[in-house]
Formats: sequence, C-alpha cells, structure tokens
Amino acid sequence: MAKIRIPTPLRAFTGGAADIDVAGATVGAALSSLVEQHPELRDHLFEKDELRSFVNVFIGDEDIRFLQGLDTEIAAGESLRIIPSIAGGRG
Amino acid sequence: MNKIHARLADLSHDEVRRYSRHVIMPEVGMEGQRRLKASSVLLIGTGGLGSPLALYLAAAGIGRIGLVDYDVVDFTNLQRQVIHGVSTVGLSKLDSAATRMLDLNPDIVVVKYNEPLTSENALRIFSQDWDIVIDGTDNFPTRYLVNDACVKLGIPNVYGSIFRFEGQLSVFYGEKGPCYRCMFPEPPPPGLVPSCAEGGVLGILPGTIGTMQATEAIKLLLGIGDPMIGRMMLYDALELSFHTIKIRKDPTCPVCSVPKEDIVLIDYEQFCGMPAHDHSEYSTVEDADDISIKSVSVHDMRAALENGDDVVVIDVRDPHEWDISAIDGALRIPKPDIQLAKNGIQAGRKLWEETVLLEIPKDKTLYVHCRSGKRSADSIAYLSEIGYDLDKMYNVEGGILAWADEIDPEMPKY
Repeated sequence: MAKIRIPTPLRAFTGGAADIDVAGATVGAALSSLVEQHPELRDHLFEKDELRSFVNVFIGDEDIRFLQGLDTEIAAGESLRIIPSIAGGRG
Repeated sequence: MNKIHARLADLSHDEVRRYSRHVIMPEVGMEGQRRLKASSVLLIGTGGLGSPLALYLAAAGIGRIGLVDYDVVDFTNLQRQVIHGVSTVGLSKLDSAATRMLDLNPDIVVVKYNEPLTSENALRIFSQDWDIVIDGTDNFPTRYLVNDACVKLGIPNVYGSIFRFEGQLSVFYGEKGPCYRCMFPEPPPPGLVPSCAEGGVLGILPGTIGTMQATEAIKLLLGIGDPMIGRMMLYDALELSFHTIKIRKDPTCPVCSVPKEDIVLIDYEQFCGMPAHDHSEYSTVEDADDISIKSVSVHDMRAALENGDDVVVIDVRDPHEWDISAIDGALRIPKPDIQLAKNGIQAGRKLWEETVLLEIPKDKTLYVHCRSGKRSADSIAYLSEIGYDLDKMYNVEGGILAWADEIDPEMPKY
C-alpha cells in the first residue's frame, strides 16, 4: 500500500482528497489503482494506456521518467506524487 | 554569473546606512551590496508574484529593475497585488509599481516595458543587459517563451507559479542545469488547468512564493548559498508543507540540449493551444470565435423568463461561485463537468460521464451563462460537439456580471 499525492488542480476529480491510498508494486499498478478508485481522473492522466506527456509522476523526489517509468518498483514506505503544470502568478 | 560577480558600484553614505543590515552580514558585506547595486533583474509581470518581487528587490538595492506588463490596475487586483493601491486603480501597472518602488528606494533605476511579452519582442527586451529574469506570468505560452528566450541568451530564470493554495519554485538555468521544458516538455491541454481568474488564488500565496523568488535572485547575484538549480520546491499552504523534488536535465530537451543559436522562438500560443494574454487575437478550435455561437442579452433573457418561455438557463460556473451570486432557477453544471462528459463520449466511454448530460435537455432552448461569458461559450462549443443543436443554444452576453450591472444591482460582483 502506497500513497499518491494529488495536486490541487486534480482534486476536483478525487472528491477533494489530497492523498489516496493505492495498491500495487509498481508505479503503473499504483496509478491503475488510483484511476479505478477515481475514474474521472483517467482522462487527465492517461491517453489510451500511456501516461500523458504533461503528467509528471515522482516517487520520493525522483521523476519516474529517469527511473523505469511505469515499471518503477515502489519500495516500502515510498510515496508517489503527481506534479501539476500550473501557470498562475501575474493575475 | 561571473560577469555579475565582477561588477561593483559605489555606494553613497546614505546608501551604506540604508543597507546597513545587509552590510553587517559577512555573506553580503560592502562588496556584496555594491554587487547588488551593479546588478539588474527583469520581472515579467507586475501582478501577484511581481508585487512582492518588485518591492523587496527595490528595497534590497538591486540597482536596475525592469518591469514587463501591459495591464492597468483593477480593483480586484488589490486582494494580492500589494504594490498597487486604491489610489492607482485605473493607472498602468508599470507606473503604479514604479512610483511605489522609487518611493521605497529612490537610488534604483526602474525600466518599464509597457507591452505584452511576445516571441517578437522577447529577445530585444531580454538582451538589454539583464543578469536575471524572474518569471511571474500567469499563463503557459508566456512561461515557455520566457524559458526558451532565457536559455537562448544564457540568462537564469527564477521560476515561481501558484494555484489556489499551492506554489512551485525553481531556478531554470540552461547553462548549469535543467530548463522548464526538461520538467514540463509539453503544456497541459487547454481547459484542464484553470487560470487564477477562474480557479482563484489565496491572496497571500504570491507573497510567499514571490519573496522566495526574490531570495533566489539575491543568492544568484551574490553567489551565495545553494540556488534551486535542478530542484523544485513544492509548497502547500493548507498543510504548511514544503517538499523538494529533483529536476534532471533532459539530454533530449529541444531547447537546453541544442546549441543556443539553434533555439528559435516559436508561436507559443499555437504550441499551448491557448492565448497568452487578453490582448491576444489567438483563438482555439474549441473557442467561441471559431464557431458561430448565438448570444442573448441579459435584458432579453429576463424578458423570456418573465414571459414564461420554455427555456433552460444553465450556470456553468464552479460551485463556490454559486454561493456568491446566482440567477434563480438556473440549472447548475460546472464547465469542467461538461468538458469531461464530452471527452468521455468522444473517447467512446458511456459510464458516469454522461450523467451530467441527462440533466440538459436536447429539445429546449438553452441560455448558458458563467461569470462574464467565456466559460459559457466554451461549454456551448463542447455541447455542440456531442449532438446539441447550436441553433438552440445562446451564450448570455457578459454573464452574471452583466446581470448584476443591468438587471439586479443588489447582486454582488466578483
């Protein structure tokens, strides 16, 4: 069991929840568990079965793109986070 | 940064006194303060992030500060843009900010660029001897533009971004680490991430992130500490948590991993599929400009409602906006729900996505409104893509703001 941190822009699709407990031994399995629990997230994270290119998933402080992507294994005690693209500031 | 560290400016006795709390710290000292006076920082945006940046960098004695903005001060800015005031509402943000900065510190020079930053003017503006650029913009096209121009010219870009209660901070410096594109190779699709005008922002948040950006700028200029190159700080105000992640340089990055002379500034509005600023003529395929959407004035809508015409009014604003003001009897369905339903249907799924649509009749005239008319036009465009008749849908001109202005003066505006 690992936790995934949901960024503010996506919390509209998790009923406002910031941390979601997920099952799975790899990042891919954990994200599948996430979208099973919150189907509305699927379109925002996946395009068919591929993670969308603007979605940044980190395990600990590392980007999974520089590890083994969705095959990256989750060690005990590690948590995941989705890092959003946000652009606010001038307005 | 060597050219910065080599430059020193003379300080007057008054300036030594003004900066005495800096000068007595060994990390700054007389030499550091003279460096700050000899240095120059360009701020993109004089709004939420730009306000604390401009104030603190002016107070800290950065000798030359540039401001790029084209907007005028609006009353609704004052919740967070603390460099402006009631006395400057209606004035240009540049003049408002420059006046306040020079009141705080008349020994600095403020350079004003009263224009939106574009691919056409960015290299001209950025080339005017700036040691650091600080990105305090509010949209994706300008963020990619700032990044690419900074990498091309070898200028560090102190990045800060905010949304609701969440902030991000990093230093993107292509010569010494990753750039914005290494972290965010592509922008999210239009409509997924609302702007602060649509999504809201805690007024204090730009103060928190903006002052951290100012701190990073000072560290870079003085060559002290551990700047946020290759790292991003994530701030959550509700938890009061700070979390730092690593950002790696992407060896295939189309911008910071190619020779600088090969970096070309592109059409960033096209790249992001969204306009960069509200003076932009850019429109997206799903934008109201590209299809012919009918509109109805608030007066005609009132007449129709009073006549008992068979029309359905749909309010596509977010739920918390309904608490501020609402038109009686309107069906309330937020725009993102309509967008998701459209996406779901177009992707061939017919599960939960269709449920919000069950409430919207296909055979009746629909009057769709939001705050001022943009989200409602988008919603009509989405509905027209999934089988709703464009001839039966009307965008309420000026949204609930027009209703408040012209029909119900008791209604609060926001």
